[in-house]
Amino acid sequence: MTPGVFEYHRPKAVDEVLALLGQLGDDAKVLAGGHSLVPMMKLRLAEPAHLIDINAIDALRGIRQDGAAIIIGAATTQAEVIASDLLVAKCSILPEAAAQIADPQVRNCATVGGNCANGDPGNDDPAIMMALDASYVLRSQGGERQVAARDFYEGVYATVLADNELLTEIRIPTPAAGVGMSYQKIKRKVGDYAIAAAAVTLAMADGRCADAAIALTNVGDTALFSSAAADAIKGTSVDAAAIDAAAQAAMAAAAPAEDLRGTVAYRTAMAGQMTRRAIVQALSRATGS
Amino acid sequence: MSSQKISLTINGEAVEAEVEARTLLIHFLREQRNLTGPHIGCETSHCGACTVDLNGKSVKSCTIFAVQADGGELLTVEGLANGAELHPLQEGFYESHGLQCGYCTPGMLTRAYRLLQENPDPSDDEIRIGISGNLCRCTGYQNIVKAVRYAADKINQAEGAD
Ligand SMILES: Cc1cc2nc3c(=O)[nH]c(=O)nc-3n(C[C@H](O)[C@H](O)[C@H](O)COP(=O)(O)OP(=O)(O)OC[C@H]3O[C@@H](n4cnc5c(N)ncnc54)[C@H](O)[C@@H]3O)c2cc1C
Ligand code: FES
Ligand code: FES
Repeated sequence: MTPGVFEYHRPKAVDEVLALLGQLGDDAKVLAGGHSLVPMMKLRLAEPAHLIDINAIDALRGIRQDGAAIIIGAATTQAEVIASDLLVAKCSILPEAAAQIADPQVRNCATVGGNCANGDPGNDDPAIMMALDASYVLRSQGGERQVAARDFYEGVYATVLADNELLTEIRIPTPAAGVGMSYQKIKRKVGDYAIAAAAVTLAMADGRCADAAIALTNVGDTALFSSAAADAIKGTSVDAAAIDAAAQAAMAAAAPAEDLRGTVAYRTAMAGQMTRRAIVQALSRATGS
Repeated sequence: MSSQKISLTINGEAVEAEVEARTLLIHFLREQRNLTGPHIGCETSHCGACTVDLNGKSVKSCTIFAVQADGGELLTVEGLANGAELHPLQEGFYESHGLQCGYCTPGMLTRAYRLLQENPDPSDDEIRIGISGNLCRCTGYQNIVKAVRYAADKINQAEGAD
């Protein structure tokens, strides 16, 4: 299992990456953690003529607070997410989810940017970024644009990222104090993608749900943002009936394929169940109970 | 044409080599350096038999290109023992029957080596989570956990005695 021949580039600056991407277009692939791309290259499902390794670029790494946003550099690893005091304090859903991604060795390499840019519906970060209403900063030689995670995904391995663009950072509006969040994932074993998973953020005010967002992992061609599921709890006291209605809406949105992880019926049911669990945990965190 | 020079440190020794860009680190180690301690188990990034320590982190050498280790510091299982003296982890695997066929062992040892740097006094649960990227088809893991515990205790006692 040796990948095809390619030319290796290890630029030190973002501008060099953009120049290479501008010149090489779809002959080139960005190499981040490599833990999705290299397996695909070994199977010759990907045979890029050029690999642009972004791991030597410090400007693409790190997690910081910038005004009202938390910024995660695209080449930040999942291990760094788990170790981030800022995220643990202000956006715990990300480190909690990262601990459920793959295993320690993989998390030392796998990046948040790779997870978001990859376009595999099994990736965990996209649904979380949708629930957090994060934006992706995409740069090319022509300039920079920001695309909401909710608008980024088009299909299996299909996103709005152009061949000449680099995802440089992810911008997350800092969740207000009191926002409860939870990611619930059911998987067969360590290192497996989700059978189904749900990301929930919610805020309570005067005993009512003032705001909520719900998104699902691995039960469709892309991560699924379900306004219907969130609407089912907004304005309610988030009682059992509202939670059940949200789970029903999530199940209606889910369209999983039958595969080794289970039948369509089972995976759909698990999308509902993960939604229930994530709402219950997010609620208890929002109310401090 | 796609061949290039790399220089790195392997088990404390400075090494210069020429590799193709597509050469995986595990193939470089086994075939160009004759370091056959790191094993190829799955070759699909799952089993951890190929685990080595690169720049102070455990990584799966079947999913990294050798060119990416340029300038780096690498430790394989061959670098654990101090001459004829076994590393406490190796002694622990021996004493606690932490291996049967031994195929997973080099990966288990290098991963456990880094785990004990990250967390010198792990609980059994923390050991299990720490080695969750390493599969063993023989032992059922119980004795591997005991072996890591043995090594942690021995290292901590030695340090306490200093
Ligand atoms: C054993 C194993 C288990 C795993 N389990 C999980 C899991 O449970 N959940 C999960 O979410 N993932 C899982 N993964 C996948 C892991 O998180 C991947 O590494 C991740 O999907 C991609 O991140 P990467 O940094 O490795 O990207 P790469 O593999 O380097 O790249 C992936 C794709 O994104 C592109 N890309 C990467 N970075 C950028 C960028 N900055 N700008 C533009 N394009 C970019 C690449 O060109 C490539 O097409 C697992 C992987 C392994 C090997
Ligand atoms: S051979 Fe590398 S993880 Fe199995
Ligand atoms: S001892 Fe045989 S695989 Fe672990």
